[in-house]
Amino acid sequence: MSNRNNILAAILANQPDAAPLPDISHFNYLYAGEDAVEKFITVSTGIGSSVHRVSDMMQVSKLIGEKFPQGRVISNLPEFAHMPLVDEVHTYADVELSIFKTRFGVAENGAMWVTEADISERVLPFICQHLVLIVNAGDILSTMHQAYERIADAEYSYATFISGPSKTADIEQSLVLGAHGPRSLTVFIIG
Amino acid sequence: MMESAEKDHAELAKDFNKDEPRVDWHDETLWWIRQKRDMSVNRLPEWEDLREAASLIKNNALSNLNGYLQEFEANAIKNGIKVHWAADAAEHNHIVLSILQEHGINQMVKSKSMLTEECHLNNFLAENGVEVIDSDLGERIVQLANEPPSHIVLPCIHMKKGEIGDLFHKYLGSAEGESDPQVLTETARQHLRDVFLTRKAALTGVNFAVAETGEFVVCTNEGNADMGAHLADVHIAAMGVEKIIPLRKHLSVFLRLLTRSATGQPITTYSSHFKKPRAGQQMHLVLVDNGRSIQLGREDFRNSLKCIRCGACMNTCPVYRRSGGHSYHYAISGPIGAILAPNLDMKKHADLPFASTLCGSCSNVCPVKIDIHDQLYKWRQVIVQEGYAPEAKKAMMKGMALTLSSPNFYRFAGKAGRIFMRIAPFAVNNKLNPWYNQRDMPDAPSESFGEWYKKNRK
Repeated sequence: MSNRNNILAAILANQPDAAPLPDISHFNYLYAGEDAVEKFITVSTGIGSSVHRVSDMMQVSKLIGEKFPQGRVISNLPEFAHMPLVDEVHTYADVELSIFKTRFGVAENGAMWVTEADISERVLPFICQHLVLIVNAGDILSTMHQAYERIADAEYSYATFISGPSKTADIEQSLVLGAHGPRSLTVFIIG
Repeated sequence: MMESAEKDHAELAKDFNKDEPRVDWHDETLWWIRQKRDMSVNRLPEWEDLREAASLIKNNALSNLNGYLQEFEANAIKNGIKVHWAADAAEHNHIVLSILQEHGINQMVKSKSMLTEECHLNNFLAENGVEVIDSDLGERIVQLANEPPSHIVLPCIHMKKGEIGDLFHKYLGSAEGESDPQVLTETARQHLRDVFLTRKAALTGVNFAVAETGEFVVCTNEGNADMGAHLADVHIAAMGVEKIIPLRKHLSVFLRLLTRSATGQPITTYSSHFKKPRAGQQMHLVLVDNGRSIQLGREDFRNSLKCIRCGACMNTCPVYRRSGGHSYHYAISGPIGAILAPNLDMKKHADLPFASTLCGSCSNVCPVKIDIHDQLYKWRQVIVQEGYAPEAKKAMMKGMALTLSSPNFYRFAGKAGRIFMRIAPFAVNNKLNPWYNQRDMPDAPSESFGEWYKKNRK
């Protein structure tokens, strides 16, 4: 405990006079309604996702069947209920495709928000070779300010924004998709 | 990993400058990243407001750091996270080692953490029988090359793909001569996937820690922090005490600024919010001071603690781009490193604040409005006052002071210099004059401005 108290005492002794917090409620929403959906599609495509706008989950199932005919699929959605979850996280190493519904998307950066409850296991959106995320058109928000207004004081143990497939440009700035996580991200916008 | 403590910035920069085409390539690569930042930033009409908001939030965070740290700690403990406090690098390293030993673990996977570079954690753990594998691709590459990262966001920006191909051939079994980034990345993916699946402990850095909720956020493009943490029994997160932000909603401001400033991306691929350990997992968080509380007390320099480690100041810096990250011989290179390093060891890093033209570009691009170039200038004064300036520089400054304080001596010295350069140009056009190394000396004018003015005044 002495460490803790010494560090805190040193910080208290050296911290400057109180400075006020700024109001951040004034940031304008840049995109609204259909504009937000369009921006979301443009940005998502730009960062390497493949985006499909569909009318319902039936269409999602059909397109997934066509696009990913083979391999182990994991999902917690009733439409894909024949793909059960298991207990030990390491057994997910051979998952070809994970499919999840997200809470909302963000137009300005293509990010989608999922909590641990939405993905059942934290590692699932990362360990799969390919990832499918589903978002309702009406849940596409303008910017990160709106996103955190929506999150507000929500309770979660783990949550993440996912924007595009896993990627790296560490070798001479050449962009390569599929660093450690999914090689591809397919986004379905419903509505 | 070695830090070249024997040579100063100028000498290390000279080594880097021996290969001119490589310097040009390095310079252009980083400038391209700066341009990508500009394109991304210019799309946001509220950019300057965002910078101002971020700056004010950080000012507030620093002004109540004591309170926020306690609030954060209490919330994190409530969330089931084990919180540790480390006064310095040695304590940080011992805490990490003791957590690993408690679990009988001697292999760990680590995602990017500049703090662990600052603390030389990898070396310490290796000496104590723990193998660490860095999982960020760029960091894995410099680890295989036995070098420190040369850039906080782009660790191997100084390396050519052929050199990386050679390393991968030697250590990871890729084909000889293979240098295609796609193929090399796939090789690393297979190698590191095996590492993620077999390590019982994962260490990550922390980008932001929220006092209000006790959660912390880790940003990556590769997904390596998540792959490591979600597959390990023990997750250790290490953070400097200055990473605290007051409220969860403040993340909106910082996540909008961070990657646009760093690479021009609108956000990282993953922005993961860790609030509680996963079922059956242990989550540890190490809060590290290591000189930060001292820097907080230095009025002129405390703003450096607002840094969110985007690297924009490096990408734009004309000195960094042409001298390379290793010339700064400190874990954090570039302009921000040059104002952080002297706080830890003024003597060892006395050269760094001088490695700048004071052009101010770093301050202009900084997303949290740190007055970087002003601080570089102020550090120079502190370093000279404290007696840490190099002897040659001190002698030169004394000579300048003498010359400038006496008009007669000033005129005499000017005239003598002009005559000397005309009669004996070889005396300055040689290797003993560092200015001449990269450029020709100008012809000496025949008269001074003072003399010309006297003649031409009407």
